[in-house]
Amino acid sequence: MGEPSTSPASAQSRRRFLANMARAAGGVGALSLVVGLFARQAQSLPAQALRPPGAGPEADFLASCIRCGLCVRDCPYPTLSLADIGQDVPVGTPYFVARRAPCEMCDDIPCVKACPTGALDPNLTKIDDADMGLAVLVDEETCLNLLGLRCDVCYRVCPVIDEAITLERHHNERTGKHAMFIPTVHSDKCTGCGKCERSCVLETAAIRVFPRHLAKGRIGEHYRLGWVEKENNGQSLIQGIVDLPDRMPQNLPFNPGATLGGKGK
Amino acid sequence: MSAKTYPGFDAVKARGWLAAHKWLLVRRAVQLSILALFLASPLLVPYTGAWILKGNLTSSLILGTVPLSDPFIVLQSLLAGHLAAGTALIGAAIVLVFYALVGGRAYCSFVCPMNIVTDASLWLVRRFDLSKGWQPGRETRLWILASVMVTALITGIMAWELLNPVTILHRGLVYGVGYVWTVALAVFLYDLVVSRRGWCGHLCPMGAFYGLLGKVSLVRVSAAKRQACNDCMDCYAICPEPHVITPALRGADGGVGPIILSGDCTNCGRCIDVCSKDVFAFDVRFNNASTDDKFNDKDKMISTDRHAA
Repeated sequence: MGEPSTSPASAQSRRRFLANMARAAGGVGALSLVVGLFARQAQSLPAQALRPPGAGPEADFLASCIRCGLCVRDCPYPTLSLADIGQDVPVGTPYFVARRAPCEMCDDIPCVKACPTGALDPNLTKIDDADMGLAVLVDEETCLNLLGLRCDVCYRVCPVIDEAITLERHHNERTGKHAMFIPTVHSDKCTGCGKCERSCVLETAAIRVFPRHLAKGRIGEHYRLGWVEKENNGQSLIQGIVDLPDRMPQNLPFNPGATLGGKGK
Repeated sequence: MSAKTYPGFDAVKARGWLAAHKWLLVRRAVQLSILALFLASPLLVPYTGAWILKGNLTSSLILGTVPLSDPFIVLQSLLAGHLAAGTALIGAAIVLVFYALVGGRAYCSFVCPMNIVTDASLWLVRRFDLSKGWQPGRETRLWILASVMVTALITGIMAWELLNPVTILHRGLVYGVGYVWTVALAVFLYDLVVSRRGWCGHLCPMGAFYGLLGKVSLVRVSAAKRQACNDCMDCYAICPEPHVITPALRGADGGVGPIILSGDCTNCGRCIDVCSKDVFAFDVRFNNASTDDKFNDKDKMISTDRHAA
């Protein structure tokens, strides 16, 4: 192709060669664009689809999971399956739906051991460290415990009971004399296994597991919690602040010595 | 070909139906056995102790110990930025070495499940003498291969695997996923009405990848007894990549050796089957001396890899 020559024939062939190269490069570009855009669209995971333990962020997972299904084969429960075409989950990748079959949190984590690519991180050796998602009490209007009943099922089935889910006592305003036991998820302990969602007795679960980025809020970087800073510092960060007179509710006699309760001061 | 009813007619007359379909039968047996092993392994565990084959063609485990991975997929993963590929790298190396020995596109003809689909389509095209339809150049698949890798690099995910009909089909067959038949049907219809041999011969980037490996692979088909050729053209009619035959079969006068060196050759062995003159046989690429004629002496021996398109 490349002999330097000025004969018309070779100039013509060079032109054709360049034209072909341009066409091929254009073709590659166009096709890459189409496949790339399709991939962009296809990589958003529906909220109820959870990845096996050890899976990283979705973009990393789609770079590393080769869709062999060895994790599915080694899962001793009917939990994991591979996505079909036409589903919202990227085709061929493993996932589970907590309401259908939650992760049973095997101690030896066979799915992670089976993974040939490290898409399921082999450094995950303690299943309690898994982060498949985060349980959220999504519906406070139907949760039986929030209605003042003692269901407690999500709390009882939690493999990390009393750490990932605790029951927080609150006053039941409706009856005026009972306690409500509010299931409360602690994000630092919850593995996202989905057993709570699976066993919620309601027709549609009031507690559900979502991928963590959908389930968790985040305080702004600049935000400081005064009482945390105070504890870290050993004392208040600002000393000698002027103690302004407290504004009392109307009809209460002004009594500078009294407090309204609460542990502050 | 139409005058003689079908390619291989003479070979069947000469050697009997079985011998004239030997490699076809071997290929079907291998293709179906691989699929059967993936499916039947759990039933055989009482006898074998472990799954004979577990996983699928993108990555699998033989008897729980030997990892196998598709290098085409692992390369995408590497380009997508996943460098710590674990045992998949070892598996890919094993598979690379294997196909470097048995012929790159032997994957296409002996292993790939899509081969049965496109062969069925090709059989119908021949049977009813359908037109070859719209065919982009054979090198298109190389450009698609480039696109696949570029896309993985740019998007940071294995984008092609969201579309790849080959892996989708095999995964579906092994894991019983519902709608894979639509992918097989799409490729079947494309090959049938849009473009003869259109998928495997022109578009499939996986075939292109293994074709590159085939350029250096050891086992090749040889037109060893090419002087016996009677120009019946049956090999051209049956070959899925007929352009690979010419240099080896007709190259004697030009001093070209009898080995089919093109990476496009799938080592399917159908030319061996249908030749009534036993011109073709499997051989290794180094036996490429043109021993049959005037270019016998060593310094005139040309081992060439150039192939007219």
